[in-house]
Amino acid sequence: MTPKVTEMNENPASTPDTSTREKSTPGAEPVLAIRDLVVELPGPDGSPLRAIDGVDLTVGRGEIVGLAGESGSGKTMTALALLGLLPQGGTAAGQMLVEGDDVLKMTPRQVRDLRGNRVAMVFQDPMTSLHPMLSVGKQLTEHLRHHKKLDKRAANARAVELLATVRIPDPERALGRYPHQFSGGMRQRIAIAIALACDPALLLADEPTTALDVTVQAGILRLLDRLRRENGLSVLIITHDLGVMSALADRVSVMYAGRIVESGPRADVLREPRHPYTRGLLDALPHPDGGNAALVPIVGSPPKLGQAPSGCAFHPRCPHAVAGCAEERPNLLALTPTHAGACPIDPLAVTASKVGTP
Amino acid sequence: MSTSSADPTARPGTPRAAASPKGGAAPGPRAARGSHPFARFVLVRLSIGLLLCVGITVLAFVLTHSVPGDPVAANLGDRAQNDPAAVAAFKEKNGLNDSLPSQYFTYLGNLLHGDMGTSQQTHRPVWDDLADKVPASVELALFAIVLALVIGVGLGIVAAVTRNGWPDRVIRVVSLAGVSMPVFWLAQVAFYVFSFKLGWIQAGGRLSPGAIPPDEITGLYTLDSLLVGDTGTFGEAFSRMILPACVLAAFNIGVLTRFTRAAVLEALGNDYVRAARAKGLPESTVIRRHVLRPALTSILTVAGLTFGGMLAGTVLVENVLSWPGLGQYAYKSALNLDLPSIMGVCLFVAVVYVVINLLVDLLYGVIDPRIRLS
Repeated sequence: MTPKVTEMNENPASTPDTSTREKSTPGAEPVLAIRDLVVELPGPDGSPLRAIDGVDLTVGRGEIVGLAGESGSGKTMTALALLGLLPQGGTAAGQMLVEGDDVLKMTPRQVRDLRGNRVAMVFQDPMTSLHPMLSVGKQLTEHLRHHKKLDKRAANARAVELLATVRIPDPERALGRYPHQFSGGMRQRIAIAIALACDPALLLADEPTTALDVTVQAGILRLLDRLRRENGLSVLIITHDLGVMSALADRVSVMYAGRIVESGPRADVLREPRHPYTRGLLDALPHPDGGNAALVPIVGSPPKLGQAPSGCAFHPRCPHAVAGCAEERPNLLALTPTHAGACPIDPLAVTASKVGTP
Repeated sequence: MSTSSADPTARPGTPRAAASPKGGAAPGPRAARGSHPFARFVLVRLSIGLLLCVGITVLAFVLTHSVPGDPVAANLGDRAQNDPAAVAAFKEKNGLNDSLPSQYFTYLGNLLHGDMGTSQQTHRPVWDDLADKVPASVELALFAIVLALVIGVGLGIVAAVTRNGWPDRVIRVVSLAGVSMPVFWLAQVAFYVFSFKLGWIQAGGRLSPGAIPPDEITGLYTLDSLLVGDTGTFGEAFSRMILPACVLAAFNIGVLTRFTRAAVLEALGNDYVRAARAKGLPESTVIRRHVLRPALTSILTVAGLTFGGMLAGTVLVENVLSWPGLGQYAYKSALNLDLPSIMGVCLFVAVVYVVINLLVDLLYGVIDPRIRLS
C-alpha cells in the first residue's frame, strides 16, 4: 500500500479524468473488479428472485467510485455480496475480484478473513451500527486483534492512532467511552476508524452521510476524500444522493432494478447523463443556481424485487420511452471510451427534450 | 495508512468545528463525576426497596386480617372454643382485641426488634420456624433456577439461531408444553412415573427417613455435606432434590426459553450485529458479544421474576412432593389461619422479591453503560 500512497500524492487525482486514466494504466490491478455479478434472493414462495442482474464494476487503487440509485436498486446488495453477507438463502454468481482474488470462489472461512480486514464497510446509521454496550476502544480493537493478532497494548495504540486520523478529540480518553457519549457525526467518524483499523484495501461506504445533519455530512465527505488522498484508500460509496457523488466520486455508476444503467467519469455522468434515469435523478436534485426551476420528481416507483418489467426496466417511468423499450433490454453502450449508458435514445435529444418537460 | 497518524489539532477544519463541541464537551463533567451517578442510582434503588417492604407489611397485614375466618375457631379445640375464658385468653395473648391499626403498629414495632410473633401452630417464634424451613426451599429454588437458566436460556439461544429450522420447531413445542402444564399435575405425574413406577428417584423429604442431616453451616444440605466432605449425604440430598427441582423448573424453562428466543431474535436484527459480521469476527464472538450481551438485559428481567415466582411455586411442589420447606409451612399456616406465620412467609417472599429486583437493577447498570453513565 505504501508505494501507492506516494503515487497518489504525486498525482493528487483531484479531477475525475486523472484517476480514470490512472485506473486504466496497464498493469495496475484494480482493488475491486466485479464482473457479471448475479445475485438471487429467495422470494416469498422460495423461488429465487433476481436482485442483481449482471453488474460490472471496478474500483481502482486510490479511487472513489460512486454507486447511485434509489432504494431497492441493488446497491447495498452488491456490497453485501462482496462481504458474503447476503440475507439467508441469497446466492451470488459471477466474479468478484478483490486484488485479484475471487470472493465468490472463497471458502466461508476465507471470506470471513477478508471481511473487516481487506474489505471493510461503513454503514448508514452510526446511531445503530455501533454496539451501545461496548466501549469505543473495544469496538476499534476486537477485529484488529482477531485479524492482525495484535496484543492489547499494540491494538490500543493503533486505536488511538485511528481516532486521531478521523479527528476524534482526545483519542486516549475516547477509547474508554461509549457510543452514546458521542454526537452522530463523531460516531460516524468512529465507525470509519473501525473500518480502517485493519488497513483495508477497499472501503465500502453505504450511505455514510444519509443519517447525518447536513453540516456534519460535509465533514465526513471531506474525511473520506482526505483518507483517499493521504492513504491511497479505495472507496466504493453507495448513495442515492448525487450531491454526495459530485463532491467525492471519481467515477459514478448508476443502478436501476439490479442493473447498471450508466457509468462513467463523474463529470460526464452528472453533466451529460446518458440515461433518462440519471437525468431524472439529477432533475430531482435541488440546484442552488437553478433559480426558481421546479424540482422534477421521477414519476412512479422502482419495481419490486422480481417484478422488473420486460425490456428496459425503466420504461414505465421513462418520459422518452418508445414502443421498442418494452421489448428489448438495452445493453450498456459506450458513448466515449469511459462513459457508457444503457439507453439507445440519443442523449442529446434527451437533454433537449428535458427543456420542454413541465 | 500506517504513516498517517495525523495530528488531530493540526488542521482545525471547518466541518469539525460544527461537530466537536457536542462530542468534546461531554466527557469532561461525566468523567469527573466518576461512579457517582451509579452510587446515587444504587442508593435510590435501596430506599425504594425499603419503602416497598414497609408497604408490603401493610398490604399483607390488611389482607390476612380481613379474610373471612376466625383464628379462634381455627386454633382452639371444640371444648376450648366454648369456654369464654379460653377464648378471651387466646384473644388477649394474640392481641386480637385491639383495633386493626393498633395491632399493625404493635406488629411493626416488634418486627423492628426482630420479633415476628409466635406461631399459633407450632408455638415457636415465627423467626425460628422460618429459619428451619427457608433453607430447604432456597436450596430447592436455587437448584431449580440454575436448571431453568441453563436449559431455558440455552434452548432459547439455539431456537433463535436456528430460527424456523427443526431445532427451533422442536424447542418451541417443548417450551409451549412447559408453560402449559400445571405444576401440581406435573408434580403428580412425575412422582407417579419416576418414583412410583420406575423407582428411579426417591421422593419425599430432603433425606431418607432417619438419616442425619449434615452439620448446619448454610442450611443447604447439598452444600453443607460437600463442605464437610460427606459425599454420601450429598448424593442422597442431591438425588432427592432432582424431582421437585425439575418440576419446579419446568414452567420456568418454558418461560425463559420463549423470552430468550424473542430477545435473541430481536438482538440479531440490530444493525451492529451486521456491522460485527462485516468486521470478520468469528460467528461465536458475534453471537456472544454482539447478540447475547444486549439480549441479556431482557433475559435478566425475566430471570429475576422467575426466581421470585419459584419461591411462590414451592407451595404446590412442596406439598405434592413432601418437601419440608417454606411452601409446606405457608400452606399449613394458611389452612390454620396462623396469622403471624402467614405474615412471616409473606414478608420473607416480599423481601426476596425486592432484593432480587434490586440485584437485577444493579446488573442492568453493570451490563449497560447507558444506564450506568446517565
